[in-house]
Amino acid sequence: MKQILCISLWLMGCLMPAVSYSETLTDALESPAATTRTVPELVQELTEKSLTQAVPVLEALEQQGGEEMLPLFRTMLNGDLYYVKDTSQVVGKTDTAGEESYADILTKAAVTGLGSRDVKKIRVNNTLRSYLRNAIARIQLSSANPHSREQAVLSLLSELDNDTVGQIREARANESVEEVQQAMDLALAMYALDQGSSDIEKLDAVEGLAGSLQPEARNMLRKYAEMEPDHADYSARVSAAAAKALERIQEKVEFYGFIDQLFFGLSLGSVLLLAAIGLAITFGVMGVINMAHGEMIMLGAYTTYVIQQLMPNHIDLSIWIAIPAAFVVSGLVGVAIERGVIRHLHGRPLETLLATFGISLFLQQLVRTVISPQNVPVSTPDWMAGTLQINPVWSLTLNRLYILAFALLVFFALLIILKKTNLGLNVRAVSQNRAMARAMGVRSDRVDAMTFGLGSGIAGIAGVALSQLTNVGPNLGQSYIIDSFMVVVFGGVGNLWGTLVAAFSLGIANKFLEPVTGAVLASILVLVFIILFIQKRPKGLFPQKGRAAE
Amino acid sequence: MKFNKLFAGVTLALGTSMISFTAAAGDTIKVGVLHSLSGTMAISETTLKDTVLMMIDEQNKAGGLLGKKLEAVVVDPASNWPLFAEKTRELLTKDDVDVIFGCWTSVSRKSALPVLEELNGLMFYPVQYEGEESSKNVFYTGAAPNQQAIPAVDYLMNDLGVERWVLAGTDYVYPRTTNKILEAYLKAKGVKPADIMVNYTPFGHSDWQSIVSDIKKFGSKGKKTAVVSTINGDANVPFYKELGNQGISSEDIPVVAFSVGEEELSGIDTKPLVGHLAAWNYFESVDTAENEKFIDTWHTFIKNDKRVTNDPMEATYIGFKMWTQAVSQAGTTDVDKVEQAMIGQKVKNLTGGTAVMNKNHHLSKPVLIGEIQDDGQFEVVWETDGVVPGDAWSDYLPGSKDLISDWTAPIKCGNYNVKTKSCGGAMAAQ
Repeated sequence: MKQILCISLWLMGCLMPAVSYSETLTDALESPAATTRTVPELVQELTEKSLTQAVPVLEALEQQGGEEMLPLFRTMLNGDLYYVKDTSQVVGKTDTAGEESYADILTKAAVTGLGSRDVKKIRVNNTLRSYLRNAIARIQLSSANPHSREQAVLSLLSELDNDTVGQIREARANESVEEVQQAMDLALAMYALDQGSSDIEKLDAVEGLAGSLQPEARNMLRKYAEMEPDHADYSARVSAAAAKALERIQEKVEFYGFIDQLFFGLSLGSVLLLAAIGLAITFGVMGVINMAHGEMIMLGAYTTYVIQQLMPNHIDLSIWIAIPAAFVVSGLVGVAIERGVIRHLHGRPLETLLATFGISLFLQQLVRTVISPQNVPVSTPDWMAGTLQINPVWSLTLNRLYILAFALLVFFALLIILKKTNLGLNVRAVSQNRAMARAMGVRSDRVDAMTFGLGSGIAGIAGVALSQLTNVGPNLGQSYIIDSFMVVVFGGVGNLWGTLVAAFSLGIANKFLEPVTGAVLASILVLVFIILFIQKRPKGLFPQKGRAAE
Repeated sequence: MKFNKLFAGVTLALGTSMISFTAAAGDTIKVGVLHSLSGTMAISETTLKDTVLMMIDEQNKAGGLLGKKLEAVVVDPASNWPLFAEKTRELLTKDDVDVIFGCWTSVSRKSALPVLEELNGLMFYPVQYEGEESSKNVFYTGAAPNQQAIPAVDYLMNDLGVERWVLAGTDYVYPRTTNKILEAYLKAKGVKPADIMVNYTPFGHSDWQSIVSDIKKFGSKGKKTAVVSTINGDANVPFYKELGNQGISSEDIPVVAFSVGEEELSGIDTKPLVGHLAAWNYFESVDTAENEKFIDTWHTFIKNDKRVTNDPMEATYIGFKMWTQAVSQAGTTDVDKVEQAMIGQKVKNLTGGTAVMNKNHHLSKPVLIGEIQDDGQFEVVWETDGVVPGDAWSDYLPGSKDLISDWTAPIKCGNYNVKTKSCGGAMAAQ
């Protein structure tokens, strides 16, 4: 058995290159017109053709230039291909450290002395972009890097025609890396299922597709599983086999869908945790109803913006600088609010509420006047963008993943500060029994200021994280203040662990409700649930016990 | 203190009586500007106020109108819907304006409408809207659904071969009505209900993870899928960001938006939006002599050549030009005479061709579809062959199928039922 397989494989290996070779030969013979134009001539044509006429030019380029066209195609795909208005020389733009420079796209010779007004962009639309992407994939099939070879095959799955399959078959014969081989086999199986001549060939192909999570493979199986009996290609055996394979894949897909949903919930939970954790200190530990808490988050987000404006060439680093800077800015504003206003209103919650609400309006208007009433752009560093592709149906967005980790980091750092440091000891002493703490020599007013500053500073850090997820504008804080109070109250006032559990459970509940009920109803249902819950347990999930709770 | 207040009151009263005195003397023609200059809508509406001021400035430089100078009366309804009604009344009774340019949201227009009809005022409304309305006192220079949403869907269906549809919108009247029309239209075109997904989100929604993942799942069924977005305002940025994060490119699932224009794109990071689509009647990038002149005039007037132009600005421009032509033709600013003179007025579009004011107070305009570029501008990828006449009452909704609007004799009605041959009164059919 094994021997037969070996021999047949060997035979296939011998035959296939021959087949595809003859194909390329006839291609070249059939289109002599294309050879009359040289690559530089074709490139020149790109500057004259309209969007709809550009595809034939690109096809000719791909045929003529092959691998050498990669830089041109890539530059064009990124929208960095220009031509000089006076000489119509085609140039590629590179942007290094805010300085634009141009180089001839074919010779790579730098072209100096060009401003943005001297060049005109060679425009691309979606049709061109998808053509370019596929062309790059076709060229990449023979790339030296196995990862790019694999990506090339996968991105060709949706466009399998005779020529492409021929190329893949040819490449498969020389392929040695297992992952790439699998991807290529998948492509060939898909093609065999769709174009195969006998049922046996098709059943083999179904077998080859059965374990794959690629959406294209699934669609191909679905096409055969749901095929009407009167269709020309219909075969009961193939259809049944496809349905069975599809069912097995579907189970896996649903499992990963569930994990995905869980991750979304955790991610929303981490945002809630970040927003609420500062409040857990100022409201939870100190008992101050701080309506300006959202504005502390907003100040942190604006600090990120200002830092990015100051160092436009080092966006990747800006976040690391923004975190301490936001902590300091929001913390200092917090200390100023505590010293200037809240201190004088000690023990008068209603007045504190109104005063801090006024401060929140004041801070919003300040940002509107000083910076701009419009939202400001905060860039995402490259290392935070993109996804972690675990398999074709399950990927994690990197920025959410980092923010989840960051939220937990902040939480545990805060826990350590409160439990293990002197400041933490003083904070807990003052919040439990102010008079006694003072009698023991704790300077309660200083501790108050430090605690409020700490809570506000952490809100500022949350602002840095949120600036990566949402719009940074004067209203940023308002959209998080309700959520923050909700989390702290639900978790139990004064209990940090409660805040953690509450944030994640609300996040997960919200995300599991959303697909069923829609986003609007989901948030309403969560609020209704909390109202009912607070009726039953007014002190939240983890109420404080003992004398400190009084 | 008390005296101060009294004093201020007296000077204010004196001031207003002075203004009304000049109006009575008839030196100027007064143009009311009813756009929010504060509150949430200020971002969009302030630009339109400046556009009207620029047009007035230009008209005065060219010698005014009927031998008189134009004078702007600017009020601020502060994004507060009931205040739109009050300010309209103030403009019409106290300031005696001859025409009003104003409103952005549909709810603000609905708020001003009864006052306009009661006092027989005249208003130009320059923003794309959901239709289902036609008043004798309002001229609609923005797009009706058949001038924006329906052509966009046609483009996706015929040119891109889209078979599955996600209708995503913010939860309020414009998206809900537009999506109702689109759903009826798609079903009429033979799209199965299972191939349509409708989704609404609250204002300012920022956590798009599960919705985008739903869209991704919906779009991975082997049929070409597109999103038709009526998502409003700043919820758009996190939406497009999430699409980019989850690896959905404009080639896989294109998003066509009706509320994203040059103004909304200015100042944000457009990287995740490149290649997605928008449908409008105007794009700043369209290369015509009229448009170039308009952009130059705008930059000079606003003293900043980074400012962009957009579709509602063109709608304001066309409305203003038509009004001055109608007033010149009628020889008076009397509302009834100007209203009749308006019908049939022609103004050259900034994007080429000619806009015509129809009997139903809506314009005939070309429809353009553009792809977002990384500089925040649009590249036109498709346009209608000629102009499309605006349809006040959608043909795809059961309630408004038989209604037409015709403000010429003998019908003179905003919602005339062609089956029963009767007029239902401008508001009754809603």
